[in-house]
Amino acid sequence: IVSTFNNYNDLYPDWTQREVSTGTTIMAVEFEGGVVIGADSRTTTGAYIANRVTDKLTPIHERIFCCRSGSAADTQAIADAVTYQLGFHSIELDEAPLVQTAASLFREMCYRYREELMAGIIVAGWDPRRGGQVYTVPVGGMMTRQPVSVGGSGSSYIYGYVDSNYRAGMSKEECLKFTAEALTLAMERDGSSGGVVRLAVISEQGVERQVILGNQLPKFSTV
Amino acid sequence: MSEELFPEPEWLSEEVKTGTTIIAVTFDGGVVLGSDSRVSAGESVVNRVMNKLSPLHDKIYCALSGSAADAQTIAEIVNYQLDVHIGHSEDDPLVCSAATLVKNISYKYKEELSAHLIVAGWDRKKGGQVYATLNGLLSRQPFAIGGSGSFYINGFVDAEYRKNMTKRESQEFVVNALTLAMGRDGSSGGVAYVVTIDKDGAEEKCVLGNELPKFFDE
Repeated sequence: IVSTFNNYNDLYPDWTQREVSTGTTIMAVEFEGGVVIGADSRTTTGAYIANRVTDKLTPIHERIFCCRSGSAADTQAIADAVTYQLGFHSIELDEAPLVQTAASLFREMCYRYREELMAGIIVAGWDPRRGGQVYTVPVGGMMTRQPVSVGGSGSSYIYGYVDSNYRAGMSKEECLKFTAEALTLAMERDGSSGGVVRLAVISEQGVERQVILGNQLPKFSTV
Repeated sequence: MSEELFPEPEWLSEEVKTGTTIIAVTFDGGVVLGSDSRVSAGESVVNRVMNKLSPLHDKIYCALSGSAADAQTIAEIVNYQLDVHIGHSEDDPLVCSAATLVKNISYKYKEELSAHLIVAGWDRKKGGQVYATLNGLLSRQPFAIGGSGSFYINGFVDAEYRKNMTKRESQEFVVNALTLAMGRDGSSGGVAYVVTIDKDGAEEKCVLGNELPKFFDE
């Protein structure tokens, strides 16, 4: 939040003085053979939605993606830096990088600059050594591997849903449905999350991306 | 050398809060209320077996959350006011009346109080009803959740609630929701208290920690 000495009141709209943040709900799930990742598509500056079709699923390498939440500027800068570092490392090794390596690079940067940054990132992908993996690097810079991880402001609302509906050994289709439903529930409750649901499946075969538009989202009515 | 060898623990000066998860659900023929049992002062748990479901009348209960002192006082005052309201009449009070009395206090003293009560019960006129009174509003809802732990189960209750559940299904729904919230919220925990109210009266039940359902734990 940018602090101002001048209180502009109504002269200028709220969003001219607010930092751009990816309010967000992001999620990643491991399954046998890969990972499913998903995110909403809303970027806000205060109450204004700066981008309603944001792509928060950012490729870091051919089969490694990151889901970004927190400050849009910080996460973009970190992702760019890690993409460069990982690309260089992969050329040195002459083979596909490990997902854990990518996650470690994120963690290094997020921890070293923890006072200046506001970034919650989920790193997910597939590598030949360990298959599908999800690593979470929340604000503060810790890193841990989890079979399923949620992040962003909207994630608080779906912990109960994820805890009760996740089962180990789900198929790719079940994971896609689980992720889409969880994101929809979060988007319904969190003002900073919304728009469309972006999904991606990363596996040995590569990356398949899809978008679920607003009117096609699963319906949960409590009326 | 530190100035004090044994500095006074923070929790002695922290306000006592019911961190809490509370929930109330209507089913065909009545309501089910549920709460956790943890009362915290800062990081210390000062009561791990507190029953936060307080009777306002035979078939009307309220669930307490927020500041423990504020919530208990409101419940006591409304308990008294409801008796005055009934007078010598034989009829049971309406749930709406109890909820309105709670709302009046919450709204009038909204700057001083920080408590959220969910009022639920059964009356002859409208059957099972649940009213939320957060911040001084009065809203009748099919179900209501409250307290710090309720944030984590918003998604769960949105997805799992269905209209016209049976009494048994509603009780399971309440226990599941409480368990999930207690699993994620540091200020909620202990045992689960469940009260079921229908035309025959109120039935209180306590589900101990080891009897709570198990969910996937990473």
